[in-house]
Amino acid sequence: MADLSVELCGIKLDNPVIPASGTFGFGAEFAELYDINVLGTFSFKGTTRQPRFGNPTPRIAECPAGMLNSVGLQNPGVEHVIAEELPRMKTYFCKPVMANVSGFSVEDYAYTCALLDAQDQIGWIELNVSCPNVHGGGMSFGTDPEAAAGVVRAVKAITKKPIIVKLSPNVTDIVAVALACEKAGADGISLINTLLGMRIDLKTRRPVLANNTGGLSGPAVFPVALRMVWQVAHAVDIPVVGMGGVSSADDMIEMMLAGATAVEVGAANLVDPYACRDIINELPETMRKYKIEKLSDIIKGANSWEKTL
Amino acid sequence: MRDITFEISENVPLTANVRRMRLYGDTADITRAGQFVNVRLDGFYLRRPISVCDAENGVLTLIYKCVGAGTERMSRMRTGERLNVLTGLGNGYDISLSGRRPLLLGGGVGVPPLYLLAKKLLAEGKDVSAVIGFNTAAEVFYEKEFASLGCSVTVTTADGSYGTKGFVTDALPEDATYFYACGPMPMLKAVYAKTDISGEFSLEERMGCGFGVCVGCTCKTVTGGKRICKDGPVFKKEELEWQI
Ligand SMILES: Cc1cc2nc3c(=O)[nH]c(=O)nc-3n(C[C@H](O)[C@H](O)[C@H](O)COP(=O)(O)OP(=O)(O)OC[C@H]3O[C@@H](n4cnc5c(N)ncnc54)[C@H](O)[C@@H]3O)c2cc1C
Ligand SMILES: Cc1cc2nc3c(=O)[nH]c(=O)nc-3n(C[C@H](O)[C@H](O)[C@H](O)COP(=O)(O)O)c2cc1C
Ligand code: FES
Repeated sequence: MADLSVELCGIKLDNPVIPASGTFGFGAEFAELYDINVLGTFSFKGTTRQPRFGNPTPRIAECPAGMLNSVGLQNPGVEHVIAEELPRMKTYFCKPVMANVSGFSVEDYAYTCALLDAQDQIGWIELNVSCPNVHGGGMSFGTDPEAAAGVVRAVKAITKKPIIVKLSPNVTDIVAVALACEKAGADGISLINTLLGMRIDLKTRRPVLANNTGGLSGPAVFPVALRMVWQVAHAVDIPVVGMGGVSSADDMIEMMLAGATAVEVGAANLVDPYACRDIINELPETMRKYKIEKLSDIIKGANSWEKTL
Repeated sequence: MRDITFEISENVPLTANVRRMRLYGDTADITRAGQFVNVRLDGFYLRRPISVCDAENGVLTLIYKCVGAGTERMSRMRTGERLNVLTGLGNGYDISLSGRRPLLLGGGVGVPPLYLLAKKLLAEGKDVSAVIGFNTAAEVFYEKEFASLGCSVTVTTADGSYGTKGFVTDALPEDATYFYACGPMPMLKAVYAKTDISGEFSLEERMGCGFGVCVGCTCKTVTGGKRICKDGPVFKKEELEWQI
């Protein structure tokens, strides 16, 4: 029997398939379609201290092999998530879930994480550092190694659960940000968040998104994501969760070979609500095809070519 | 919601750029008029939301306007080809509120979902009027189809080349008890401003998923942000806070 299990920061996952934050809500819509307990876990919608309406619409644009979004972190706020979403989630998901947290100041992150850290259902906290820092001139925490490390230190000081830092790909040196987070105490790294992009409507000569720009995801970003997972996994000693454009069991294995301990699947859920279930079902056959008995054996298993200058 | 693959049985033009597609398959998830399906097209990443025009005995009818590459692709599909859709999406119209004389207001490709609605209301014994608006005579479709169901139909054209000159709001009957409106935003806002009676609006937005998980399609309502794809696309007049 193929062994799909992996261990992520001390917690065993039946398989490494994790729907990514923002593409799975709090799981309820998918639980109506299939038993979502087949998943390794899932990362729920990015949660902030205060409820947020998000950006104006249109928030969605299409591109070849992918999509852009400018949802702007619409969410009901951490108090509502704890009072309403988590109790409801218990009725359809019985595994530890991953809490995805966003903030606009170090205090925001600390406040939200402290509340979520006290919830038994939550296994890991995924810190989305791709948000603008209102005290840092609006620059994203994730684009500055020191700012990212500052968030990690503050959160680590007051939480017990594993902290996975989700990195923005919109940087010149992703390894520097990853190393700063590791040094600040992060238990894991996940990447990539969306790549900044835009589309313009030729008829109206206006950007399609009301926010002008938005985050690109889907198969279009897969090679960029894979390269970043590879670079980070070879630089840090903590587990790496890979994501960006994954939509098949083959993509999963490629991400794991590059260095991912587990793999998140985002946009694919939106166009095919059964994407994650189907990937899990395909994995044993795909493993047979590539002569893999134990999936965890292949993590960081790609041998690089010798470089000659 | 369900993921179902239909087989195309007809894909014919109704006007220069509006077409009707009929498909065989399981329509059981479509329980209300005003719901939509989300169509998967080869070569396009996102699905295309299209309203249910009719769904009966395993035949789904869609009416769509070719406005871009995706609908252009649909227009080239042939009888016998397969089409994967997520079916039974959205809330649909509430026919229990119609009163005795419901009024259907449709503009352009906002007309199609009102067809199934008309059937459902007539089956309840209601006295249904439809006012359907187009830009010009060449764009008019489905007047006869509504009439043969048993509705009283008024057609308006903006240039006066057919029917009543003007917009649907220029041909509102006096004695309607409730309205159901679908069409472009300027038309919906005009209906909102010019009606004293209550009613429902069907809204549109660019969609990432069509089933409520990406919050790409949020609109403002008096009770906060709502997802057009899941909490809508139909909203009661009182739920919307439009500044007119
Ligand atoms: C609930 C709902 C019901 C609809 N019902 C119908 C219908 O019955 N008949 C009909 O002709 N049209 C309908 N539309 C509009 C239809 O979805 C768009 O015309 C279609 O998606 C355009 O695709 P395209 O590739 O041809 O255009 P492009 O402009 O090339 O599309 C690019 C992207 O924008 C999206 N998009 C473009 N225009 C719209 C729009 N008006 N609304 C939502 N997304 C859009 C597309 O889905 C795609 O993701 C409906 C829209 C919604 C939201
Ligand atoms: C509609 C949408 C909403 C998203 N919302 C969040 C979010 O709230 N928090 C977050 O960390 N990432 C968010 N993401 C990013 C995804 O979790 C993921 O990192 C990214 O989409 C790349 O993966 P993919 O190519 O598989 O989609 C969102 C992505 C999409 C498409
Ligand atoms: S389109 Fe995804 S929530 Fe409506």
